[in-house]
Order: sequence, then C-alpha cells, then structure tokens
Amino acid sequence: MIRLEKRPQPSRTWASVTPVLAVVLTMIAGGILFAILGKNPVEAIRTIFWDPVFGEFAFYYRGQLLVKAGPLILIAIGLSLGFRAGIWNIGAEGQYIVGAIFGAGVGLAFYPADYWFIFPLMVIAGAIGGFLWAMIPAILKTRFNTNEILVSLLLVYVAEQLLASMSLGLLRNPEGAGFPGSRNLKQYEAASNSEIIAGTGMHWGVVAAFIAVILAYILLNRHMLGFQIRLTGQSPRAARFAGLKPRLLVVFCLGASGALAGLAGMFEVSGPAGQISIDFNSGYGFTAIIVAFLGRLHPVGILLAGMLMALTFIGGEAAQANLQLPASAIQAFQGMLLFFLLAVDVLSNYRIKIGKGEAA
Amino acid sequence: MSEPLLKLEGLRKAYPGVVANDNVSFQIAPGEVHALLGENGAGKSTLVKMIYGLVRPDQGRMTFKGEVFEPATPHAARAAGVAMVFQHFSLFEALNVAENVALGMEDPPKQRQLARRIREVSENYGLPLDPDRLVGDLSAGERQRVEIIRCLLQEPKLLIMDEPTSVLTPQEVEILFETLRKLQSEGTSILYISHKLEEIKTLCDEATILRLGKVVGECNPREESARSMAEMMVGQELHTPSRESEKPGEVILDLAALSVESSNPFGTSLRNVHLEVRAGEVLGIGGVAGNGQDELLAALSGETPAPSDAVKLNGQEIGNLGPNARRRLGLLAAPEERLGHAAAPDMSLTENALLTGAIREELVSGGFLNWPRAQGFAEKIIADFDVRTPGPGNAARSLSGGNLQKFVIGREVLQRPVCLVVNQPTWGVDASAAADIRQALLDLAAGGAAVIVISQDLDELMEISDRFAALNEGRLSAPKPAKGLTVEEIGLMLGGAHDMEMAHEVA
Amino acid sequence: MDLSAINPLILIASLMVAATPILLAAIGELVVEKSGVLNLGVEGMMIIGAVCGYAVAINTGSPWLGFIGAAIGGAALSMIFGFITQYMMANQVATGLALTLFGLGLSALIGEAYLLDRPPSVSELNLGPLADIPVLGQVLFQHDLIVYISLALIVGVWAFLKYSRAGLILRAVGESHDAAHALGYKVIHVRLMAIAFGGACAGLGGAYLSLIRVPQWTEGMTAGAGWIALAIVVFASWKPIWILVGAYLFGGVTVLQLNLQAAGLAVPVEYLSMSPYLITIIVLVIMSSGRGRASLNAPAALGRTFHASS
Repeated sequence: MIRLEKRPQPSRTWASVTPVLAVVLTMIAGGILFAILGKNPVEAIRTIFWDPVFGEFAFYYRGQLLVKAGPLILIAIGLSLGFRAGIWNIGAEGQYIVGAIFGAGVGLAFYPADYWFIFPLMVIAGAIGGFLWAMIPAILKTRFNTNEILVSLLLVYVAEQLLASMSLGLLRNPEGAGFPGSRNLKQYEAASNSEIIAGTGMHWGVVAAFIAVILAYILLNRHMLGFQIRLTGQSPRAARFAGLKPRLLVVFCLGASGALAGLAGMFEVSGPAGQISIDFNSGYGFTAIIVAFLGRLHPVGILLAGMLMALTFIGGEAAQANLQLPASAIQAFQGMLLFFLLAVDVLSNYRIKIGKGEAA
Repeated sequence: MSEPLLKLEGLRKAYPGVVANDNVSFQIAPGEVHALLGENGAGKSTLVKMIYGLVRPDQGRMTFKGEVFEPATPHAARAAGVAMVFQHFSLFEALNVAENVALGMEDPPKQRQLARRIREVSENYGLPLDPDRLVGDLSAGERQRVEIIRCLLQEPKLLIMDEPTSVLTPQEVEILFETLRKLQSEGTSILYISHKLEEIKTLCDEATILRLGKVVGECNPREESARSMAEMMVGQELHTPSRESEKPGEVILDLAALSVESSNPFGTSLRNVHLEVRAGEVLGIGGVAGNGQDELLAALSGETPAPSDAVKLNGQEIGNLGPNARRRLGLLAAPEERLGHAAAPDMSLTENALLTGAIREELVSGGFLNWPRAQGFAEKIIADFDVRTPGPGNAARSLSGGNLQKFVIGREVLQRPVCLVVNQPTWGVDASAAADIRQALLDLAAGGAAVIVISQDLDELMEISDRFAALNEGRLSAPKPAKGLTVEEIGLMLGGAHDMEMAHEVA
Repeated sequence: MDLSAINPLILIASLMVAATPILLAAIGELVVEKSGVLNLGVEGMMIIGAVCGYAVAINTGSPWLGFIGAAIGGAALSMIFGFITQYMMANQVATGLALTLFGLGLSALIGEAYLLDRPPSVSELNLGPLADIPVLGQVLFQHDLIVYISLALIVGVWAFLKYSRAGLILRAVGESHDAAHALGYKVIHVRLMAIAFGGACAGLGGAYLSLIRVPQWTEGMTAGAGWIALAIVVFASWKPIWILVGAYLFGGVTVLQLNLQAAGLAVPVEYLSMSPYLITIIVLVIMSSGRGRASLNAPAALGRTFHASS
C-alpha cells in the first residue's frame, strides 16, 4: 500500500525537480492527446517544442518568443506575490484590459502631437488603470471581507464589456469608416511601443518584465515585506503575531499585481496588438496564472516558465499551420501542465512510502 | 481469580527512529479501575491506540473477554465493547450535542429517540446534558461529558480515558470520579491514563507505570506514595527549580478594566480584567482551557487591539499598539500554539528567530533584512537553551515539541524583555525540558523582569508563582499570594463547577 | 423605448429557464463545499458538460442521453480535481483554476467537430390541465423536465443534509476532518463522492445551456456561469433554499436586462450586459459584511487540506 509521509523539512532538491517532471509528464500525456486527434505525437511535440527554437524557421519564431513571454512574465510576477500570501487575484485579465484602455486613452488624447513624454505618461496611465481595477477587490476584501477570487473574476467580464464599449464608442477611430476599434497606435510614433532591437521582439514591455523579475527577487529575499508575504501564506497566525498588518498586505499584493497587469496590457496595446478592439484581450491574464505556478511562485522560475509557456503558444501556432492541430488543443495542453505540476508538487513536502498501512 | 477482561502480552510498536512500546504486558480485571502512568512521551497514547484499533501492533497479543482481540479499526473495537474518551475531543462545534453523539455511535437511533436517551443517561450518571445545544457553546468540561455520553450509550465493558482531568476544575473532577465509581459498580472496567498522582491514588485500584515505552513497575496506588510513583515514572532525581524570594519592585504592567471581544465566534471574551505585575515577580494565571487564555495573551501581545488606557507598561498607555510597537517597549509574548502561531513550521529557525527578534535584535534596517545577524541570533538561542537540532537552517517542524518550546521561550528571554507573558509554557514537553524552561522563567524574574505565566498545570504554577490568579469565563479573580493556597481555594477561584450541575445522589 | 413589449408572465417563466443552469451548478457545489472542499472548477465542469451533452445528443439523437452523458462527463472531470486535491494534497484553489482552464481548452477541442450542428430538440413537459391555469399555468407548469428536476434537487439536497445519516456525516467531515477521521469515517471517500456529485450537477447545468436554453454549441458559451454559481453558494450561506432564491434573482436580472435591451432602453448595450455581474458583486459584499455571519455558516474545514496521520 502506498502512503504519503510528511517530510521533516521541505525538500529543496525536489522543489526544483518537480517542474521538470511535470513538463515531461505533460509531453507524454499531450502526445497521447495528439495521437487521439490523429496526429503523429512525436512530430507534434517536435513542432511545438523543438522547431521554434532550433528548426528551419527558428530565426522568425525566436523573436516571437519574447513578445509572448514578456506580458506573461510581467503579469505572473505580480500574481506570484499575492499567491504566496494566499491572496488570489484571478482577475488579472480584467486589470490587463483596463490598463490597456487607460494607456491607449492617454496616448490617443494627445493625437497627433509629438512630445517625448507621451509614451512615459501612457506607461504610468496603464499602471494606474490596472491598479485601480485591482483596488476594487482589495477594498471590498479589507472593508467588507468579500472574497477576492469571485470579485476580481466577475470584474473580468465587466472589463470585457467596457472594452467593447470603448471600441465602439469613446475610443473609436473617427477615421475608421465606422468599424469598431481605435486608431492603430503602432502608426503613431510618439505612442508606439516598437522593438528596441529589431528582429528580437524585445520591446519595452519585455524590458519591464526583466526589471520586475529582479525587483521581485530582491523583495522576496531581502526585504521585510517579502518576508511577511511568505509568512502570511504559510502561517497566517504567526504572521499576525509577527506584527504584520493584513490589510496593508492585501492592498499591496493586489495593487502591485494589478499595476503590473495593467502595464502588460498597455505595452501590448501600443506594441504587438496595436489598437483597442473588441477582441484585444487574448487570455494572458489567465495563462499567467499557470506561469506563476509553473515557476513555483519564484521570480527566476517564472522567467523560465514564461519562456516555456511562450514556446507552447508559438509552437502551437506552428502546429496549427503545419499539422492542422486545433488551437484549443494547446489550451488543453496548458491546463494539463498545471494539473501535473500541482500533482507532482506533493513530493517536495511528502515522501512516498510503500508498506503496511494503518487504519485510515 | 476470575478471568481478566483485557490481557496484553508482549506488545511492541516501533516508528522510524523510536520504539513507542516495547514488550508491554499487563491485565485488567472486570470492574477494575486501572491507571496507566507515565510522563509525556512514555508511550501511553500509542498503547491505547492499539487497544482501540487505530494502530496495529508489530508484535504481541491481546485478549478481550477471553478471546483473541485484534481490532482493525475503532469500529471493531467499539463493537467488541471498548470505548474511548480522547484527550483531544473529536467534536464538531457547529453541530448540536445529539448530532455529535450520533456521529460517535455505530447505529444511532432516530433523532427524537436519541435526544431522549441522551437526557436519561446523562441524568443517570450525574452529567446532565441538553441535546439541542451547539457543542461550540459548551465549556470544556461539558464537552467532555458529550464524549463520555457517546461512550456510555454503547454500554461498553472497558472505558478508556486519556488525561481526562486536564480540562476540569477540582470540583468537576469530583463529579467525574462519582460517575466513574458508578460505572465501576456496574461491572465496567476503566483504563485511566494520567500523570496526576494524587488523583490516581484517590481513584484507581491498580497502576501500570510506563517509561520510554517499557513497563517499569506495577503497583497498587492506594499503598504507594506519590513520591515513589513519581520516581518510577521519571527514573531520576527531578531538578526542582530554585529561586530566591526578593521583594518585588515597581509596577511594570497594569491592566485596567480590560474588556475585549474574542476574535473567534466560539471563543471567550475578556470581561473587566484588572491586573498589576511588578518587576521581579512571577504571576501565575490558572484556569481550564477555553476560559479566555488565548484572548488574554492576544490582548497583551498586541494582536487584539484594546482601549489605549486599558494596558499600561511602565505607566505608558499601550492598549492600542500592535505587537511590534510593544516589542520595541519591551513587552514580549510566547503563545500556546508552537507550530503555526509562535513559530512558522515550514520556515527555518533563522527565519523564526527573525519573526519576533527583528526589532530588539536589530535585524532589519530600512526594510532590508540582515540575514547573517539573524542567523547569529538563532545560533545563540540554540546554544544557550540546549536546543537539539542539526542547525539554524532546519525547519521548525523538524524539532521535537520540547526542543521547539525551548527555542520559542529562549528567543523571547534572550531579547531582554521588561515584561514577558507565556501561555502553557510546558504543555506536552518532556520533564527535563520543562524544568529547564521553568528555571529560565525564574531567572528572568530574578533579573528584574515581570513575568506572567498562564497555565493549566496547577502544580507548575504553585511551584513558580509568587502570586496566583484564576481566569474563569473571561474574568480574572483577584490575585492572592501563592504560598499557602489550598486546593479548595484554588478550585473556587477557578469557578467551582461553573454551569455543571452537581451529581444527583447516586446509589 | 417600448416597455409594453415586456410581458411579465413570460419574463418570470423565462427567468426560471435562465436560472436553471446556474441553479444546478450551485446546488452541486453547495454539497461539495459542505464536505469541506472548495472547487473553483465549476466553470470547467459546466462547459465540459455542455460539450459532452451536445456531442452525445447529436450522435444518438436523444437529448436525454445527452444529459446523462453530460453528467458523466462533468463527474469524470471532477475526479481529476478530486484525485489531485485529496490524494496528492494539492492546494484546492490552484487545482480548481487548473480544472477551469483545462475544461475550457478540452471542451473547445471536442466541440470543434460540432460547431455547425443543431441538437435534437427538447419539448416542454405536457402537464395537461395544470398548464391551463391562468397566470400560474404559464409561469410554473409549462417547462421542460430539467427545470423540475432542478427544483426537486434543491428539496432533495435539503432533506439529505438535514435528516439523513449520510448527510450528517458529510456535514461532520466539512466541519472537522480530523475529528471525523478520529471517529473512523472515511473522509476522502466522502469528499470524492461529494466532488463527483458536484461535477455531475455542473455538467447537467452546462448541458442545459447547449441543449435547451441556447441551443447550440459555441466555444466558451458558459460565459462565467460557473463563477456566478460559486458566488451564489456564498450568497446562500450554504443553505439550499437560498440557492433557489439566488439563482432566480440572477436569472431575473439577466433576463430583464436582455428585455430592456430589446425594448430599446437608452443605455448602451454593454453597460446593460455588465449589470448581472455588478449586481452579483454587490450582493457578495452585502453578504460578507455582516460580521462573522457568513463565516459562521461556512463549513469550518472549507478549503483546508486533509492528511491522515494516525
């Protein structure tokens, strides 16, 4: 009989092994899924994971990697702070949207002027937009003890409606012949988030993501606030005993993750996406949740996990084009990855023992 | 001699790293009250779990009523006629008494019939209970009644009781003993686990003494002295804490009309507490669990806010200050729950040292943490308080109860507090570690600090306190000098039998 | 704006239909939460139910087989969640989210083949003379079978929890899994059964959308219904009768805003579409701000991981 016995210490080796193990298991399960769909599993896995980095057209795909990874990493870093503290911001998608709306709004308000400070203002506006949207669940939680999971989630749907309203109304391109959608920000020099180094896909959003990784690392390991975040998630009673103010933490975690998600939205709308439109949001806010867990809520882990997840997106597009693999297969694949990770994670705190069981 | 009811032969149970029971044998006759004596960690719990079917022995044999007895589950044990009242109750606070009793039974009758039976049986044995009350609203003594009634409704032949009196006042203990004697007169045997020697001398016919998993003695408690039984239990000369009696100094801590709501819906709120503790003094606060101990500690540590003038330290109003502000002023606390409250189980000892020591040991500057200094502080605690652990990098949960408690108390003592409050400092701790902790507290007081010890262990409090007060339903009795207090007086300060009704005349 | 176009009787009847998917999912989740488990994967289970029910109905030509298939699909998916949270002791919040994400992806995948098909239709139950009663007849007695099943489920769950031994054990497990384990009850088995029940109910709710309410399959068609169901469990303070009230209230708001849109109310469509979600948030705030009230009714072990360590 197989039993699980708690380890006296959380195992550090297993903590780094589990994500790798989870990826391998997902590849196997994913391969089976692809086989059921009638595709050659080895070819599918190769198309998704190997070709974009090392294959024939890799020079094109590699650039796209950073484009996709940037927002994922940026959002996931913010989420990881809250998740560590047991504060579940599930509405990052909504904060992303509102950040994009704020950022684009500020940029378009200046059109067609050309000042150096337009872009920086947009950045600030994007962060503020996401921050404010996240403050709604934060205030409701601290003042009324309302569950932040449900509130932040429901606000995503509200934000989507807001996006539609903006595309059709306030932010609609007056020269757009009545079609929904705002002006294209990529064509508006002062407001566009263009590539810094051509061909690499590195835009300011990616830079921001790297900065966020570094700052989060310092915060979690060297700063009192980071210590309190880690403590609250593990032992809330001990955290209060240590003098932590729970409300402050809730506001900080939700606010920071909202601001980062808003930034990601703003960088995306002024860069790769280009305009505010009804279908602007592509689910980064939700995928970032997977990235956060895959990276074990650790800044460096999230960096790697973000790249891996971006790879599945890029590879998925390639598989769609070359193998006619449906786009939703990739979404299912990503969900499986999270499942395997959560399941395998038990090994870092528990040992497997095979032996005579007791009455259970 | 008649056939024994329960016979144990050569029982052995080992876990990784420790042999919990080694070659344990004894027997219990029908209608006998048999004590199982031993210190914390002697192996009593494991032995009893084997009898009740929670754990299977590695070697050895058990016979019950003359037949081989190998219960695979508690269900099987109950079916055979063994019932057990655990030390930690298996009760559901949000459900009522009848529902709780039904859950503890194999095949309970319908609700209305069950309610009637509960009333009958509880009245009959002198432990009246109202079936419709929520268990969460009952006192600890009343909750124990629910557990007992659960057992009695199954008409057991053997009733096992694990440390039953730790949650009872002296008057409530008398009521319990009356009930047990009635059961005995009806032919039920009782296996009574305890480390309280005076009680065992009053109640029990036979005693088996365990130490470190082995049987080290069997005796008739009525013929032995408490001292000789204690020596068999512990196996060595106990180091009795020593202290010099000094004249107490200035008033350090002053509580005035402190009334605080409990943060727990089933907790006990503090009502109008008045208290003064002087430098160099140890104030012992006794009371059965659930009478406001956690709430008092939280009000003193700063986790629960209070009106600013309700708590004064050295004359300064601090009632509305949080834990860290109080630490800055020198008021430190050690809560009851070691893992999860006083220390974070999955964090290292270095991180746990930082948990409360950040301010007084200057481990933080400008928000940034000084890990080398924190580690140094952890190492000092480990060295000074003889904490057995490979190093400060180990997780708190890897320490044994006694060692972790030494670390927790040591962490506060080394921060040179002006006033220290501790809640249940030696609960579940082995004898030598407990003695070390008590000595550390006395030394701290001798050095001029004011010390408050909240504890359920009256023996401990009588040993180390200068003055004694009792916490009962959130109210604190007026403190009295500890010397010369009788058990009767203490019992009354603890609230007599509060809402428990006295037993009826039993035949 | 032409308010006279809104017929109140039809409004009430259609709100019952609109509420039914959420009611089914919510009553299932109530049982799960009463056993101490928080399953955020309701959205995922609903949508799997929607696509499974749809696929089975089209392939077999029978909508009723479709519903059974949906229940099985929802329950099967919930077992992944059950295994990972009860045996692998993973965090329930994260696993529930994973369930939702996976469910959304998998359902889109399965649904690829069925995007253009129409399912076999489900007619209303013929309740004869009852349906002819003026006013009440139109409102209450002209619905399809599933609506009545959902109402029966509410009563059934209420009776189960209050009066049966199994219901008592379930509640005990949700209050204190350690105490229940000490008394010899199989905590994990009880929870797995509750989780499967929740999955089946959510599956039924999803299938109601794809087979009756819409009826069509579209990717992501549940549009947050699963999250609303979770909110309704909180709103109901874990009491079955209030699930009914909450679901019908939400159904009412949804249907009303659709009607107002159609009647030409001078408010942009998007803002009307937001209203059900905003109102749900407001209701949540009201419920949770009563001091300790909501938490008193929450099963004490909700969301906490159980590890048997005798």
